[in-house]
Amino acid sequence: MSFMGVAARKGLLLLFAVLLVGGCAYRGDVRGTADLGVVVERASGTVAVVNTSNQSVLGEVAGLGDLSHAHVTYSRDGRYAFVFGRDGGLTKVDLLTRTIARRVIQAGNSIGGSISQDGRLVVAQNYEPGGIKAFDAETLELVSEVPAEYAPGKFSRVVGLADVPGRKFVYALFDAGEIWVTDFSDPRKPATRRYRAGKQPYDGLVTPDGRYFLAGLFGEDGIALLDLWQPEKGVRRILDGYGRGEEKLPVYKMPHLRGWAIAGDKAYLPAVGHHEVLVVDTRSWKEVNRIPVKGQPVFVMARPDGRQVWVNFAFPDNGWVNVIDTLDEKVVKTLAPGKAVLHMEFTPRGDAVWLSARDDNRVRIIDPENFGTIKDLTLPAPSGIFFTNRAQRIGF
Amino acid sequence: MKRHSPIVVHVLVLLGVTMLALGTAQAGEYGAPAPERQAELVRMVRQDCGSCHGMSFKGGLGPALLPDDLRDKPFESLVATVLDGRPGTPMPGWRPFMTEDEANWIVERLMHGFPSVHIEIGQGDR
Repeated sequence: MSFMGVAARKGLLLLFAVLLVGGCAYRGDVRGTADLGVVVERASGTVAVVNTSNQSVLGEVAGLGDLSHAHVTYSRDGRYAFVFGRDGGLTKVDLLTRTIARRVIQAGNSIGGSISQDGRLVVAQNYEPGGIKAFDAETLELVSEVPAEYAPGKFSRVVGLADVPGRKFVYALFDAGEIWVTDFSDPRKPATRRYRAGKQPYDGLVTPDGRYFLAGLFGEDGIALLDLWQPEKGVRRILDGYGRGEEKLPVYKMPHLRGWAIAGDKAYLPAVGHHEVLVVDTRSWKEVNRIPVKGQPVFVMARPDGRQVWVNFAFPDNGWVNVIDTLDEKVVKTLAPGKAVLHMEFTPRGDAVWLSARDDNRVRIIDPENFGTIKDLTLPAPSGIFFTNRAQRIGF
Repeated sequence: MKRHSPIVVHVLVLLGVTMLALGTAQAGEYGAPAPERQAELVRMVRQDCGSCHGMSFKGGLGPALLPDDLRDKPFESLVATVLDGRPGTPMPGWRPFMTEDEANWIVERLMHGFPSVHIEIGQGDR
């Protein structure tokens, strides 16, 4: 009997082990998220969840509204993508289950958003009504808002929102020509400080260390720089009058700025109305070079190691991509990855770069070492590409 | 603008496709562009003008361009803005990319409801 007892116990253990393994297998996709991301399908209100390790589409999540000029920021665990739609929709997408976890309509016309350093607050930047709104990252309940009322009854459209250390957000007011810094230490009672920036700031970026905020100006040649470690010193103008004496070319799409512009101790910034990339020393903030490129730069994006800077362009040059080698600061490669190249995103350590070619309904994945195509993915009208490593970066 | 049900949108899109296919889109006294050119212009206006004005023309850094927003604006000045831009604002001139007749057609379509972008997406790889 005791033999049977042992056998029965072994049997039970085996059964338990089988159930355990089977249970795990049944749960399927137990995986990390550090190699995941989303590609925005701008015309169909859908995002594709992608895997950068085997360059595949895991699935799609639909029903996200108007995704022209959509932006995505990530929860700090890299599991949830917060998708900001043009129509004011804010959707929390679960990358693992590929479902919508929460969705709210928070504004009439929105341009993007960001997440606080501690991951607790998601902040949207809006054109209509002009201002920013903070939401609980867990529930998407509205916590507080800061209307961009720069003069009595006058509200500005907000651009360039970036999270910075200390539950603060920095952003620029296109219509007011100001930079605002809002501190959400007390999330229900945000405190805001205002700084003069210059004419028509069109976008902004914060350096990867969270120290400097740069607002690109459309209405004048120059960039407004605010040292967030010493904001009392006020805004300083850099690249002042960089286009002086040159005819300003038409700009058929506004450039985009973000912390990817920094490579080593230099910043690579799009000129506005000039077909050039401006190179600035980030210690002195003095211009050190100008690199002629194919057209009006839109995204000027450093490879994660900083050795290359990739540049795409506004209409009508949006079929081209220039690659700058940062050692000799020259364009070393011109690529034609497809029709209407809207966006680029490097994998976290830069072994590949993904480019969306909207009018070819294709995402092309390129090896930046040899410029060869690793793979093409067919996706309808792809625009923004956002990988989860943004969750670990300041200002994304 | 009122929200339409999906079926209404589909009908509108179908109507748009039919109009394009027949080349009978209302273009007033101006010569309407050929159907293929119309499709190109629809894409350009939706996508490229859309980067500032929004793909659905509800506005962005550029103002809204829906029929209600344009109703009280003089037709000729809208055409001039499309072709030559508006100094002091980010609006560039699009003359290098279209004829005056095409600009007339675009403004006329914008004032009466612009064809949907889904027309050309449907002809893509999917």
